[in-house]
Amino acid sequence: MDARAITMDVRRVGEKTAVVDIRGEVTAACEPVLMSAYEAAGGSATNRLVLNFAGLEYMNSGGIGMLVTLLVRANRQHQQLAAFGLSEHYREIFELTRLDEAITIYDSEESALNGAVR
Amino acid sequence: MTEPSTTGPATTGTAGPDKVASAEQIGLSAREAAALPPRDAASWAKKVDRLQVDPRDGVRGTNVAGRRLTGPVQGFGKMWQKTYRMDAGPGVQPQQAIATWREHFPEFWPKGNRFAGALTGINPGDVALLDLAVGGGVKLSTGVFVLYADSESFTLMTPQGHMFAGWITFSAEREGDTTMVQAQVLMRANDPLYEIAMTLGGHRKEDKFWAATLTALGLRLGIADPKVDTRSTCVDSKRQWRHSSNVWHNSMVRSVLQTLAAPVTGLGHLLRGSKRGMKSQPNG
Repeated sequence: MDARAITMDVRRVGEKTAVVDIRGEVTAACEPVLMSAYEAAGGSATNRLVLNFAGLEYMNSGGIGMLVTLLVRANRQHQQLAAFGLSEHYREIFELTRLDEAITIYDSEESALNGAVR
Repeated sequence: MTEPSTTGPATTGTAGPDKVASAEQIGLSAREAAALPPRDAASWAKKVDRLQVDPRDGVRGTNVAGRRLTGPVQGFGKMWQKTYRMDAGPGVQPQQAIATWREHFPEFWPKGNRFAGALTGINPGDVALLDLAVGGGVKLSTGVFVLYADSESFTLMTPQGHMFAGWITFSAEREGDTTMVQAQVLMRANDPLYEIAMTLGGHRKEDKFWAATLTALGLRLGIADPKVDTRSTCVDSKRQWRHSSNVWHNSMVRSVLQTLAAPVTGLGHLLRGSKRGMKSQPNG
């Protein structure tokens, strides 16, 4: 069985915002990677986390479940979650699963950050 | 802790079994790759706003048509992740287990419960109608939507009015020299009534349901004595009171009312039918 790599690089934008650049495959198996990225993003010191899905190559339903877990964690810390870089296909999946009602989707990083850094 | 205002460390890991080679692996340019549909495109259901259903034999088929799908975000109660796992042994391949499960899904359900899905098995976008035994002679009529399906997993999502808002993922994977088969539920009770019902034995009943389902699957796969391990984790202990109005769609309440009203409704149909019959008789 082949294992595929996922990378999540964290960039801080301002004091309260962090961007996570996701590249590769989002499945339930990458939960430790996402949670490490969440910690690297500053944990509770960050009040808004922006997920960049421009490098997303594949996502199954386990990946969506993992994003819900991240959402719960962020809500516990009173943090907002936002996303950009979603292709039409993945945007539809967010809408189908109604995850878009909790994670605000933006068309670009600029608009996501404008929404984030006020 | 990371230093603020600097590029954070790359967090790298590996994840998931690969089913299809990536564009990069098969040597496509970025432009060619962008023109291709994503590798998971065929596994996901197409977007729907409200469910549409065809009547199916053997189930009441109410409380599904026109309903929206509900995930854990839309539910009311505490969020639970419940995992039911079974060791299928070294002789069963994950794809074999999932193919059997997808093809014969209703056959593994405990007695008294009906799953009326498509004849072709479980496929993305299908809507199945359910009649679930809840005791007292009442059947809870609801449904599920096939959100995702591939060769190693499939996921069902629930509509408004179902006991819980969320999804159930059925999967199989190789662990060492054996194959582990699992059902994993990520859910919140849909409304305050269901939350009470889940607390007062609903969770226990659900655990029994999925353990029995996995056991039946194990027997079909040739496992002599299937053992199911159950693990429940409360992911979020907060209740989402803003979703308490979900109770309006409660399929349990509606099913009880539909059961009580059935004789009156039946009589109404009968009377309307005989009236039409009298009208259509030629004058003698």
